Amino acid sequence: MSDTKEIKMAATRDGFGRALLELGGSNPQVVVCCADLAESTRVLAFKEKYPDRYIELGVAEQNLATVASGLANYGKIPFIASYATFSPGRNNEQIRTTISLNNVPVKIAGMHAGVSVGPDGATHQALEDLALMRVQPNMTVLSPCDEEEAYKATLAAAANLGPVYLRFAREKTPVLTTPETPFVIGRANVVWESDHAPEVAIFATGPLLAEALAAAKEMEHSLPSVVINIHTIKPLDKEAIVAAAKAAGAVVTVEEHQVAGGLGGAVAELLAAEYPVPVQFVGMQDRFGQSGEPKELLDYYGNAPGELAFDVVGVRVRVGIVAGLF
Amino acid sequence: MITDTKIKELELKAEAIRETIVEMLVAAGSGHTAGPLGMADIFAAFYFHILNHDPANPAWEERDRLFLSNGHIVPVRYAAMAHAGYFPLAECLTLRKFGSRLQGHPERERLPGMETTSGPLGSGLGQAAGYAYGARMDNKKFRVYAFMSDGEQDAGNTWEAAMFAGANKLHNLTAVIDRNNIQINGMTEDVMPLDDLRKKYKAFNWHVLEIDGHNMNAIVSAVEQAKAIYEKPTLILAHTIPGKGVKEIEFDYRWHGKPPSKEEAKKFLAELRTMKGKIQSEHE
Repeated sequence: MSDTKEIKMAATRDGFGRALLELGGSNPQVVVCCADLAESTRVLAFKEKYPDRYIELGVAEQNLATVASGLANYGKIPFIASYATFSPGRNNEQIRTTISLNNVPVKIAGMHAGVSVGPDGATHQALEDLALMRVQPNMTVLSPCDEEEAYKATLAAAANLGPVYLRFAREKTPVLTTPETPFVIGRANVVWESDHAPEVAIFATGPLLAEALAAAKEMEHSLPSVVINIHTIKPLDKEAIVAAAKAAGAVVTVEEHQVAGGLGGAVAELLAAEYPVPVQFVGMQDRFGQSGEPKELLDYYGNAPGELAFDVVGVRVRVGIVAGLF
Repeated sequence: MITDTKIKELELKAEAIRETIVEMLVAAGSGHTAGPLGMADIFAAFYFHILNHDPANPAWEERDRLFLSNGHIVPVRYAAMAHAGYFPLAECLTLRKFGSRLQGHPERERLPGMETTSGPLGSGLGQAAGYAYGARMDNKKFRVYAFMSDGEQDAGNTWEAAMFAGANKLHNLTAVIDRNNIQINGMTEDVMPLDDLRKKYKAFNWHVLEIDGHNMNAIVSAVEQAKAIYEKPTLILAHTIPGKGVKEIEFDYRWHGKPPSKEEAKKFLAELRTMKGKIQSEHE
């Protein structure tokens, strides 16, 4: 992890754009398809450097998916870039039939995830994309925590032989990982652990990992915890999650997504079957977002460190109730 | 141009495919009858004359690609593939059964030679266009064909793909619309009028040909013409008769989505068998 004293700020979508440029040079099969959002999806640099491998679809997300299916079926490795509310939102059936069931290696890059999109409002804040993608067989689902991890996730997606969904955010957020931090699809990373044996395991995905980390550190002495970065929503690192739940006895999930069907849903499904413990879910509770400043919205919808700490303490209290301590 | 002998041979293949379709559907107990019978001539022309392919080596890299967008008429493709030697004819009777490679709607990964997975309407043209685009990037010489129904011209994705193919001048792509004028809820012009598809595709920068989809000579000539067109994809608007070959169900939209009963199948097969060699191209 980076030295906390000099934390760089960058958007995960920038890591995607950086990796695409590198792939342009290293993998001739990589092509980029975009539906009229080249600048904001950060594929513009690829378009300028490799114009023959950039394919413009116009405002047509359904066709973005079907054309990419054809390209992948032929032998290309297409990345398709749009806002997540449109892709995989609008084109969900095309992704299901022509990419997932067809099992062709299209890489779906969904931008503008979460309420932190800000002023654009609820129509453009994707809060259900992880749920849409993780229920499709054959699909791998990645949700990187920062710019550096987004870069690695994009490279890993290109090397993966199947369809992959990648989730990116609009705003600049702390870059917590370094080029040396390992990134293996399906393997969760322990990011931080308190000196005392953890009593709560905090699983976070996406840039909110930084908030989870801040909350955990804030409570270090009152409530020891472990913070784990779940950058792969599917396949979920079952072993790491169950082991951490066993060790701590209580779990908090943190995501900028609907709790239903997202990381919270995925972890709850796993633990209900393997090792039931109390779980507190931090994320969107069956609501849409609204316009506002990113920070303001995160606070309002309960994702600020203070609120998060409240949830972490809350789950510990529930553990106590279950144990008959209160 | 093809010889009269070849035309006769293709017509006989189409009749054999029709018989297999009826046998498959009655064995399956569900499925679509009108569309597959109506497209038997076109599939016979493609699998036994037009396509550059090798049934013994379905993954041959230089083969022509055939994308079937309206996956529900796949019995006609299975029948044509079986007659062409992709798999034993007897396997046709496993259609829609548990464990079969012949799914109710086709799946690429289950059956070698099935170029893609389809069924939900409107997504085949985009896939074929993407495939053709990729192949053209690499200067591949094979051709990409997309078969569509007229009903799926209702779907927005179809027109997104038509616009994309026209804009990108995909001359290696030829689409065929099965213009049989029926869909599940009735006649296409009653359900959602398609009006002049010829004009619509022309406006999307396609080269458009219009043919009788039961005339072997016309089918083969249109595909040949399409190969000569530069800088545009070609649409072949093929007028067909739904249920073609079985008089009592021809033109009847109620046969879109149901199979014949055992008794009906017996009657249909008798009619198809007595007609063998007698259904001839209407240009003669």
